[in-house]
Amino acid sequence: MIDPALPLYGDLADPTPKIRVRGLDFFYGDQQALFSNDIDIAPNRVTAVIGPSGCGKSTHLRVYNRIFELYRDQKAKGDVLLNGESIFAPTMKLLELRRRVGMIFQKPTPFPMSVFENVAYGIRLHYAVPKSELEGRVEEALKGAALWEEVRDLLHKPGTALSGGQQQRLCIARAIAVEPEVLLMDEPTSAIDPIATAKIEELVDVLKKNYTIVIVTHNMQQAARISDFTAFFFKGYIVEFGETRQIFTNPKNKKTEEYITGRFG
Amino acid sequence: MRRLREYLSEHFETTFRGFTVLCAAVVLIIMAAMFFNLAWNARLAIGQFGLGFLWRDMWDPALNEYGALSSIYGTVVSTVIAMTVAVPMSVVIALFLVELAHPTVSKVVGAAIELLAAIPSIIYGMWGLFVFAPLMAETVQPFLQETLGLENVPGIGRLFTGAPMGIGMLTSGIILAIMILPFISAVMRDVFAMVPAVVKESAYGMGSTTWEVTRKVTLRYGIQGVVGACFLGLGRAIGETMAVTFVIGNAHRISLSLYDPGNSIASTIANEFAEASDPLYLQALIYLGLVLLVMTFVIQMIAQWWVVRLKKSMGAGL
Repeated sequence: MIDPALPLYGDLADPTPKIRVRGLDFFYGDQQALFSNDIDIAPNRVTAVIGPSGCGKSTHLRVYNRIFELYRDQKAKGDVLLNGESIFAPTMKLLELRRRVGMIFQKPTPFPMSVFENVAYGIRLHYAVPKSELEGRVEEALKGAALWEEVRDLLHKPGTALSGGQQQRLCIARAIAVEPEVLLMDEPTSAIDPIATAKIEELVDVLKKNYTIVIVTHNMQQAARISDFTAFFFKGYIVEFGETRQIFTNPKNKKTEEYITGRFG
Repeated sequence: MRRLREYLSEHFETTFRGFTVLCAAVVLIIMAAMFFNLAWNARLAIGQFGLGFLWRDMWDPALNEYGALSSIYGTVVSTVIAMTVAVPMSVVIALFLVELAHPTVSKVVGAAIELLAAIPSIIYGMWGLFVFAPLMAETVQPFLQETLGLENVPGIGRLFTGAPMGIGMLTSGIILAIMILPFISAVMRDVFAMVPAVVKESAYGMGSTTWEVTRKVTLRYGIQGVVGACFLGLGRAIGETMAVTFVIGNAHRISLSLYDPGNSIASTIANEFAEASDPLYLQALIYLGLVLLVMTFVIQMIAQWWVVRLKKSMGAGL
């Protein structure tokens, strides 16, 4: 049915996927949470991950930057390739992987420091940048996150003093400041108001020019609005993956149809 | 009785509010009373020596001449030693327990630390005198003299001159450190554990090492609690009496060498109260107590002011 030479998203985007996931299983202790997940993430596209609560969306995302390894009892099996290289390979440096694959969380997580220092944090971590250049790079990152105009006079205020939506864009600025290739967003708008949400959705649309974006969302309208591809998760399985328009207008799987028409979830 | 009950149920809000105000007021009243009492009972000494008491280096019951300088010096130096040893160690211990240790290890060590905090200070004092002081005299002090002594390190070497007797400023500072260590590390552990996982995750997610996450995020996030823990420990060290009295040497003298015996405000009071027969002698001791009270009071004020300032500048979370 599908040409095996093509990625799982077919011929609708770059034929070499940014991330290729094959046979991914995931365990919390003895409990299996993901079952042989296969997916390809297209470069410079937005891939949405949808599904009911507890179906493994966030768990799946948290494998990509190996953040799950912070917890002793969590284990992943199978393979995840970033630009064709396994993220579990011994040659893959963990800290470098996390620079290349940035993450935005459900709640804004500004660090306890000024707006400027928040953005400078990662730059200082990964690059030896002279002070004169640092300011320029912070400004650039804030502009990239569509936040510069709002905070240019507040750079030395604590990051926590900003509004929720601004804090989330600050986190995006912080993530893009280290020049990642992929941005993982784990329900980035679930804790902020509709107007701030709209701003972030617009931003995602701009960001995909430079970054590959994977976004977990509870909000099906959001997935339909901003994503190019959609994966529907159910009970740890990827039930259906394809072009967003097709998933929402003509789902092939009955479970997908039930979910997007609001029959459950 | 019935009317009282009716009255109470009718005016419950106001009665209860009055009760809470009363309870809170008791704290203020006790504090003010303490200041007043000490000052009143030291009035002879205050009249005789005035504020000059603070910088007079003299303590001679035979001549009835008293000054607080050596006691204040000893209190400050032993506390500084204690904090220098205890604070960095506490940070490291708390980090180990929260970030690095296996949960079981963390639980066992955490419980042990809390037990350590519960040991009465008299036990520390006796242990210090009979076990720790000989150890210091035979091993630690000669070693420090050999490595950091005057021949090797001019300047700082002065601190380690003199006969290694095992009793003195250094020993009491270290005993104090051991006493406040469990206290500070237990509070810090709780502070670190309260930093939300998602904040740490996002720092790890930027590609930070554990040490970077700790230093730049966890520590800053909990900075108010950390500073609070340190000052609680400081408050305990500065007024600690029993353990210090056992090992400090109880000599009214100011010496640059940490090996020499000295005294602290609390040790002086504890040591000499029983033999203070002359009213001026007794009042000088009470005056010393007043000095200690004011010192701790000022330190706590500085701590509170500092915490507020930190909160403003960093937006720390806890």
